[in-house]
Amino acid sequence: MLETATNKPPVDPQIEEEKSTPLFSEVWKSFRKNKLALIGALIVIFLILLAFTASFFAPEGINEQKLSMRLQPPSADHWFGTDDFGRDILSRVMYGARISLRVGFIAVMGSIIIGTLLGILAGYYGKVVDMIISRIFDILLAFPSILLAIAIVAILGPSLRNALIAIAIVNVPNFGRLIRSKVLSLKEEEYVVAAKSIGMKDSRILFHHILPNSLAPIIVQGTLSIATAILEAAALGFLGMGAQAPEPEWGRMLSDSREYIQDAPWTVIFPGVAIMLTVLGFNLLGDGLRDALDPRMKH
Amino acid sequence: MLSYATRRVLMLIPVLFGMSLIVFSIIRLIPGDPAQTILGTKATQEAIQSLHHALGLDKPWFVQYVSYLKDLLTGDFGTSIRTNAPISQEIWPHLAATMELSFVAMIIAIFFGINAGIISAWKQNSIFDFTAMVIALIGVSMPVFWLGLLEQWGFSLELHWLPSIGRDNIRNAVNPITHFFLIDTLLQGRFDQFWVVIKHLILPSVALATIPMAIIARMTRSSMLEVMRSDYIRTARAKGQRMFWIVYKHSLKNAFIPILTVIGLQTGLLLGGAILTETIFGWPGIGRYVYNAIQYRDYPVIQSGILVIAFFFVMINLIVDILYAVFDPRIKYR
Amino acid sequence: MKKILLMALSIVFILSIALTGCSSNESSSGSGGSKKQTTLVFGRGADSTSLDPAVVTDGESFKVTKNIYDTLVEYKGQTTDVGPGLAESWDISDDGLTYTFHLRDGVKFHDGTDFNAKAVVFNFDRWMTGKKSGKFAYYPSMFGGFKGDKGHIIESVTAKDDSTVVFKLKRPSAPFLKDLAMSPFAIASPTAVKKYGKDYGRKAAVGTGPFKFKDWKSKDTITLVKNDDYWRKGQPKLNKVIFKVIPDNTARLNALKNGEIDLMDGVNPSDIESLKNNKDLELFYRPPMNVGYLGFNVEKEPFNKKKVRQALNHAINKKALIDSFFAGAGEPAKNPMPSNIAGYNDDIKPYDFDLKKAKKLLAEAGYPNGFKTELWTMPNPRPYMPAPQKIAEAIQANFKKIGVDAKIVTMEWSTYLEKVSKGESPMFLLGWTGDNGDADNFLYTLLDKDAIGSNNYSRYANDKVHELLIKAQSETDENKRNELYKKAQVIIHEDAPWVPLVHSKPALVGKKSIEGFKPHPTGSDKLNTVYFK
Repeated sequence: MLETATNKPPVDPQIEEEKSTPLFSEVWKSFRKNKLALIGALIVIFLILLAFTASFFAPEGINEQKLSMRLQPPSADHWFGTDDFGRDILSRVMYGARISLRVGFIAVMGSIIIGTLLGILAGYYGKVVDMIISRIFDILLAFPSILLAIAIVAILGPSLRNALIAIAIVNVPNFGRLIRSKVLSLKEEEYVVAAKSIGMKDSRILFHHILPNSLAPIIVQGTLSIATAILEAAALGFLGMGAQAPEPEWGRMLSDSREYIQDAPWTVIFPGVAIMLTVLGFNLLGDGLRDALDPRMKH
Repeated sequence: MLSYATRRVLMLIPVLFGMSLIVFSIIRLIPGDPAQTILGTKATQEAIQSLHHALGLDKPWFVQYVSYLKDLLTGDFGTSIRTNAPISQEIWPHLAATMELSFVAMIIAIFFGINAGIISAWKQNSIFDFTAMVIALIGVSMPVFWLGLLEQWGFSLELHWLPSIGRDNIRNAVNPITHFFLIDTLLQGRFDQFWVVIKHLILPSVALATIPMAIIARMTRSSMLEVMRSDYIRTARAKGQRMFWIVYKHSLKNAFIPILTVIGLQTGLLLGGAILTETIFGWPGIGRYVYNAIQYRDYPVIQSGILVIAFFFVMINLIVDILYAVFDPRIKYR
Repeated sequence: MKKILLMALSIVFILSIALTGCSSNESSSGSGGSKKQTTLVFGRGADSTSLDPAVVTDGESFKVTKNIYDTLVEYKGQTTDVGPGLAESWDISDDGLTYTFHLRDGVKFHDGTDFNAKAVVFNFDRWMTGKKSGKFAYYPSMFGGFKGDKGHIIESVTAKDDSTVVFKLKRPSAPFLKDLAMSPFAIASPTAVKKYGKDYGRKAAVGTGPFKFKDWKSKDTITLVKNDDYWRKGQPKLNKVIFKVIPDNTARLNALKNGEIDLMDGVNPSDIESLKNNKDLELFYRPPMNVGYLGFNVEKEPFNKKKVRQALNHAINKKALIDSFFAGAGEPAKNPMPSNIAGYNDDIKPYDFDLKKAKKLLAEAGYPNGFKTELWTMPNPRPYMPAPQKIAEAIQANFKKIGVDAKIVTMEWSTYLEKVSKGESPMFLLGWTGDNGDADNFLYTLLDKDAIGSNNYSRYANDKVHELLIKAQSETDENKRNELYKKAQVIIHEDAPWVPLVHSKPALVGKKSIEGFKPHPTGSDKLNTVYFK
């Protein structure tokens, strides 16, 4: 759905003029000036590279146990030290990037797709449909998200995949509401009214006018949501309701090693730093994108 | 105005109703059998059957739902399967514990957040500004549970400054009246205990406050910067008045709306984050109460517990919305 | 501006001074200063479910009720041998069908009413007629059912006079006395049970034990106070016992290190090493009465082949497991029951850790390249296996070396039990804590074909074993009975439905000043002899 949205459809030049989405070069210009955003982008790029190259660069595999080498402090051989199985923490943290990014991206993609669908239905068709969908959003938003996620994982059983699903579901209303309000405001715009009056089909209006115009806020919200999703996945992992051993998910690593915090603090410090940096990266990038793409969204 | 409030309250009814339905069906979907959990490995199949019957779990789910709703409307939250105690009695101490923790966390967040924000804006681009904003940026991205672990490690395990778990001294327990221990100890004139309770509150509430504090600081700073550019301030500045307090007063007024927003948004996060904080700091709060109930498949506790949490969340949002309408005339109510 | 900064700084400064200042009085107020400490705070992982021992099955409840109530006969010291309790002595008829108990005189319940033969009869009547309520879970599993059931072994319980109770059995039962010593069959005050009805066990708990129930803050603390009229003179030595719930093992240990509690169970094995060097704390080990094992579903491919099961028996390094994840606090297991239980067969030679042999056996069974399977593991620590997830990981790594690729699967506890008992898992970690210290309670309960669908999760059925176990149940001659169990263990060893992993000695840790604490193998302790130096 997003791909269709990015391919700019051929539209009436008159209508084109009305659009407010800034051009890429402008966005880049204002983004470039924002140092924090650049740092964020760098962190994210670094993490993505790390995730893709973990299998080449990680000093050891994620699951090579050497019980004789348990809980070694950081050293030249093991930069981040070893955990209670004698596994190299640096390698596990590197592989962990892969897991967290995957969870973040896929969960948010899922929320975007479902949220957009529901949001459009609610906003475009209004009335009863809107009523029902909006109430569902209200209800979902009335639960603290981590609690709802826990309940969903409890149904599906604890695993990384199910945690991902739960996080996706929990974040649907955020996107749904965003799209709904965007659709509501766009519906009143002249060019949409015009398109409707010349008998353009609903689907065409949606895909050619409304979706492309909603893209900016989705990208911004999406980037920020990746940060939240990664944090939520780590929290679920920490509670034992996400990734299962021996997956090197950061939250899981934290809860597995917290009993060693006094004797081997490095087992707790490094996974935590990894979570924080990742979340920070996406937050900075998201903020930067928001400032560049849609200055009005600023507080 | 009044009609707006009324409408908002009326809109809550279907939401609450839907919530009860969702919660009810969610927990019936959770695999696992409370009877098996209660009776454990030693149970005979017969014993499990008869416990099912005693608990009413062998009836169709809508029958269970209707009788649950009926009880709920009469203020009966049901009985815990695991402990056999009425939930309405059990839940309050836990709820109060969480509320006290969240409240203190919010106070910390607001106090430090606003002040950091104002000073940062006032001394824009100074070292303070830079440091505060870096801290705020990191704070927004902080995994609360990790911060909690580090705090506990540093301040209680290594330095022994603060207690690591719980709300009060177990040997010299607070005699609960309202179950808000800060209030209870004061009511009883036990200032020694009051101090102990405060000490127990520090670590978990700071952990919990981190994210909202960072957000408030950032929001206050940006709204402050706008204020500083306003004519009003320029005039004041030109007149050579004692600037700091003018700015302070003025921006406090302006900061109110963003803070309201944050409170509304963050209460949910606080209640959620409380599950993690409560795990780490052994805080006997409602998050932990419900989380444990999920582990034990204690259906009545899960459903009533989640409902109570959600109810509070919804109520706080309602109050925030209404306050918005009162304080910000720009908001139009449909 | 500077003023503000200064102000902020000084606030921080004052606060930190105040905090450090008060940290010093924390430790002194914690233990009550120089006076001898008389309150014990026992930290544990979960709350009790009820203080009516007859209706519960969980150890957390028994931990408390054992201090409120007494049983007719009691386990002696740290063994499961039976000695006098509320009954001073007893006679057994030659046919093993009549037990006559002579009760202690002058014992009173905490509510002031008399303990006598009528009270004993009342309690047994209450349990054996309680089928409908579905409440009394332990009674039928130990005494073969409720009154009127076919398997029920108790014919009648009668009060001959005020201090004599007579039990008539339908058929001889070797473990009968041991059963009576179990915590669930403790004698409660009939007056209190009748008075409180449904609320008994939550609002009130009245027995004859060393401590009286004072109050219960749900999911938090249970407070017991000294029973001044306890029939063992000079006991208990403590004035107050508080059971405090701290769900998280690490948080609980932190609380102990900080002086907030005095004694705790559920120590992470990983912490034991550093605790050994801690001058303020002392470790206590509970003698093992359990087994932790890796079970195979013998009905499922490829575990229906004996050679595959034996191969996997050779592929696990039990010693390394115990050193790493039990911190050495466990014995490697070779039989399904621990060595301190009568009938244990010590002549059995364990399957040694030998990957070559394992590979060879696998090849002989037709799997030279191994196979893919699942390894199910428990979601949370159990007494017999304190770190099931980590043990699963280590076993997974072991199996990988002989080409067996096992995926770790876990789920919520009750679902886990249910699915494993239905035979859905190919390979699973589980364990068992004995109830009464009798071999029957391990071998028959866990591996007899009668127990398939309940506790025989391997679905192992061997008619010879069955015959031996049934015969042993009514054999009253101790030696002959032990021989039968030894024979059964030989067959079970050869068939290898499990990999018996470990008999763990769960560790407890407490303040150095604690004296007279002797952890009992059943998992719940009477604290009447405990005091602080």
